[in-house]
Amino acid sequence: MHRDSERHKQFSRRTALLAGGKAVLLSALVGRMYFLQVVESKRYKTLADENRINFRLLAPPRGRIVDRFGVPIADNQQNYQVVLIPEQTEDIEETLLRLGRIIPIRNSEKKRILREVRRKRSFVPVTLRENLSWEDVARIEVNTPDLPGIMIDVGQSRFYPYALETAHVLGYVAAVSEGETTDDPLLELPGFRIGKSGIEKVYDLALRGSSGNLQVEVNAFGRVIRELERNEGQPGTRLQLTIDTELQKLASEKLADESGSVVVMDVHSGDVLAMVSTPGFDPNAFNKGLSTDEWNALVNNDKSPLINKSIGGHYAPGSTFKMVVAMAALEKGVISSESEIFCSGKTELGNATFHCWKKDGHGVTNLNKGIAQSCDVYFYEIAKRTGIERIAEMARRLGLGARLGLDLPGEKPGLVPSNKWKKAVIGAPWQQGETLLAGIGQGYVLTTPLQLAVMISRMVNGGVAVTPHLTRDLINGDDVLSKNEEENKDIGLVPAHLALVRDAMNRVVNVPGGTAFNSRIRKTEFRMGGKTGTAQVRRISKQERETRVLKNEELPWKERDHALFVGYAPVDAPRYAISVVVEHGGGGSKIAAPIARDVLEVAQRRNAARPGDNQPVRKLAKPKIVALSGKDESGQG
Amino acid sequence: MAIEFLNKSDLSLGQKLWRLHWIFVLVLIATASVGFVMLYSAANGSLEPWAGRQILRFSMGLGLMLLVAMTNLRIWLKYSYAFYAVTLVLLGAVELGGTIGMGAQRWIDLGVINLQPSELMKVALVLALARYFHGGNMEEVARPTFLLAPLLMVAAPTALVLRQPDLGTAVMLVMGSGAIFFVAGVKMWKFAVLLLGALISAPVGWQFLREYQKQRVLTFLNPESDPLGSGYHIIQSKIALGSGGVFGKGFMQGSQSHLSFLPEKQTDFIFTMLAEEFGLMGGLGLLCLYILILAYGFNIALNCRNHYGRLVGMGVTTTFFLYVFINIAMVMGLIPVVGVPLPLISYGGTAMMTLLLGFGLLLSVHINRDEPIGRRGAADDF
Repeated sequence: MHRDSERHKQFSRRTALLAGGKAVLLSALVGRMYFLQVVESKRYKTLADENRINFRLLAPPRGRIVDRFGVPIADNQQNYQVVLIPEQTEDIEETLLRLGRIIPIRNSEKKRILREVRRKRSFVPVTLRENLSWEDVARIEVNTPDLPGIMIDVGQSRFYPYALETAHVLGYVAAVSEGETTDDPLLELPGFRIGKSGIEKVYDLALRGSSGNLQVEVNAFGRVIRELERNEGQPGTRLQLTIDTELQKLASEKLADESGSVVVMDVHSGDVLAMVSTPGFDPNAFNKGLSTDEWNALVNNDKSPLINKSIGGHYAPGSTFKMVVAMAALEKGVISSESEIFCSGKTELGNATFHCWKKDGHGVTNLNKGIAQSCDVYFYEIAKRTGIERIAEMARRLGLGARLGLDLPGEKPGLVPSNKWKKAVIGAPWQQGETLLAGIGQGYVLTTPLQLAVMISRMVNGGVAVTPHLTRDLINGDDVLSKNEEENKDIGLVPAHLALVRDAMNRVVNVPGGTAFNSRIRKTEFRMGGKTGTAQVRRISKQERETRVLKNEELPWKERDHALFVGYAPVDAPRYAISVVVEHGGGGSKIAAPIARDVLEVAQRRNAARPGDNQPVRKLAKPKIVALSGKDESGQG
Repeated sequence: MAIEFLNKSDLSLGQKLWRLHWIFVLVLIATASVGFVMLYSAANGSLEPWAGRQILRFSMGLGLMLLVAMTNLRIWLKYSYAFYAVTLVLLGAVELGGTIGMGAQRWIDLGVINLQPSELMKVALVLALARYFHGGNMEEVARPTFLLAPLLMVAAPTALVLRQPDLGTAVMLVMGSGAIFFVAGVKMWKFAVLLLGALISAPVGWQFLREYQKQRVLTFLNPESDPLGSGYHIIQSKIALGSGGVFGKGFMQGSQSHLSFLPEKQTDFIFTMLAEEFGLMGGLGLLCLYILILAYGFNIALNCRNHYGRLVGMGVTTTFFLYVFINIAMVMGLIPVVGVPLPLISYGGTAMMTLLLGFGLLLSVHINRDEPIGRRGAADDF
């Protein structure tokens, strides 16, 4: 008993010590808890939120583009895509390998993906494949547990319902290339598209809108548990064009398989109602990404489908230039309406011979007959009398020889030659023979189809310096972002001279003997006036002239003449101007004039430019074409 | 005379029930209930798959505990060595047999629960050591040679569990035994010598650690070194705890736990989930319950009139303390990650059975606190 009580005492002492030790250890636990949950709590709260909250950018829907009647011509469609978030998988190669068992991934694709993964921040998703079928979507969804970092995303892709007909005006959108990234985080989004040409490029910033963002809660495996906050961002601006889609389609249809251009514009407002360049291309294909073969086929095509010929094609205007020469001659006073010149089929200057297209000549010819029957000798003579400087000056007033400032990229300036120009560029003095050639729109003179339409517009609207444009309104919610049309300058043409030229153009079409008499519009109120043109693209040798000039059908396509027609309607109160160019089409009267007739007749029936329709018709200030690399490219224009 | 004492010392069932420490039992039930609530949350508000089964297991364990509490302490004394021996054989069987034939299987399948001899050993060793020291007087305890046998009793199972390798159990066996040696009156300098020896042999022992164990120790020393590998658990656990703040994120609102950032939230890291959802207050609350249990344990041991009961009481209480401390210190990044569950809370059957068996013994000590027990188990010989 005694011994046990001794033992008990010692036990109690030791137990007290042990209890003390345990108390110290438990205090350490409490201290640690205090440190983590009170002292450091804020830091850990942040870390916990970083764990569970993911920020994602939301791409705003791209602004729709509609025609002058509100018909959508560039729209958005749903598009299922599979994306990879690099930071959510430990082994990208392995993930791609597994995905490859569901949807085959080519080696080149894999290289592109890995390159993109390196280029982007690790939480930015990389698009692996777009336009997935429903079956593929379902199969990937089922396998997500085995595919870390893989997600299905619903994107929007650009869709052009009238792809071929509107391709050159609208341009296309495509994935951002490496040099194009700016501060805009949108450009880093997978599958984000920006405008690469046409209206899509010029108005890209407005159409793009601004990015929204999404906060989602994710679990440790990156799966989205719920949405915490959504900010939709600013959708892209709706853009209304001056184009009339039906007219555009018709013009495209009339050009058919030819390589050429049709431009229809309102002579007063400058609204471009149709601008077609053939052959077209499919902008939807660019959106999906072209294969190398498809790209090569487009680039190596003789008929250059990628070039908008309406503004980017340079053509000798041929006889369509004769009105310019006539106006210059009348203004200088070297001719009057009564002045007569004898055409024997050719004229001589020094030891050079200049031929009329009509071998036997037109006989006695005045201004009216000269234009109506397109007598070359008449114009050789009056050009000689007027001189190149006065012709060039008139041409420039009528809109030739310089860019018109249309809101599309790729516009070419054309060329109105002069003495000064030749010295500067070619380094030789001007020859009088060259004035004669310019008198019939050959030689150095180059124009674009759009310039020809503007030229004719300015001649029939009373001499107002109308300029062409494609956009009416940028509509951003309720705000209409547009600018009132600036006052167009008078270019100082004498009304009597204009009347003379217009009368002659009426005769070209509506009086027997006119070069386009076969292409006249029979319905009286829709009658058109105009001028045919045939631009020679080869040199006819002396030997060939002596034997027999080869007909176009006998020549290879590339050597055939360009067929041109410029016109307006209705003859009494001109509202619409047209220019038709068919590359290597042969004669203007045979090929180009019928197209103009069909298009102008429908234009008047639709009367798209009728006053009161969608009024007020406003003209937009042309936006700067902001280069995505940050440099300003508009300076080049 | 011996028979007389035996009869005299035998309490009737009614007396036993009367003397049962009911408040202690209630505290245990309350603590376990915290566990049920957390398991319900871990399953996103469902009894399946954890909370329901845990309730069932706890109820069964409670039955076992009361059964043990009702048995005479002298019977446990009598069979202490036998219990230890059988457990050691079982442990040897799963260890040696396991490595040869069945892979790393550490348990014996009993159908209802899987019996894990290493868990059972935590109780068996307490009993055997208590029996041994109960039989020695103070002079004997002071003799170094007297300590050889109990050291061997500790060393044998420790060596076996280290082979597994189960560092957590080994640490618990050594430290639990150390506490019994300590309260049994082993001189302080002997502990000092042992500690020195351990420190000297530590570099040698390092060689015997498995690669993953070495990794755990290294990770503990610098968890940020490998944020996606071994350090991930501890970093995420600390984030969960810290982000819980003082009052927590609310029941079933723990983002770390529910979004799977926290590993093993229903087992080893359940304290983290509790502290994330109920904050510092929740953690301290649970700690208070544990301290209450520990205090009752100390009280029972101190108030026992026989040495065996005292040593068993302290052994069980210390084992329980080790569970609590190692687990909570681990999830807070104070010590390396070792697989020790949070007692009465973590999902799992074996540890629960061990603990309730231990608490049964503790209750039995309490019921038989006034029983004098002789050196060899008889009531006559003090």
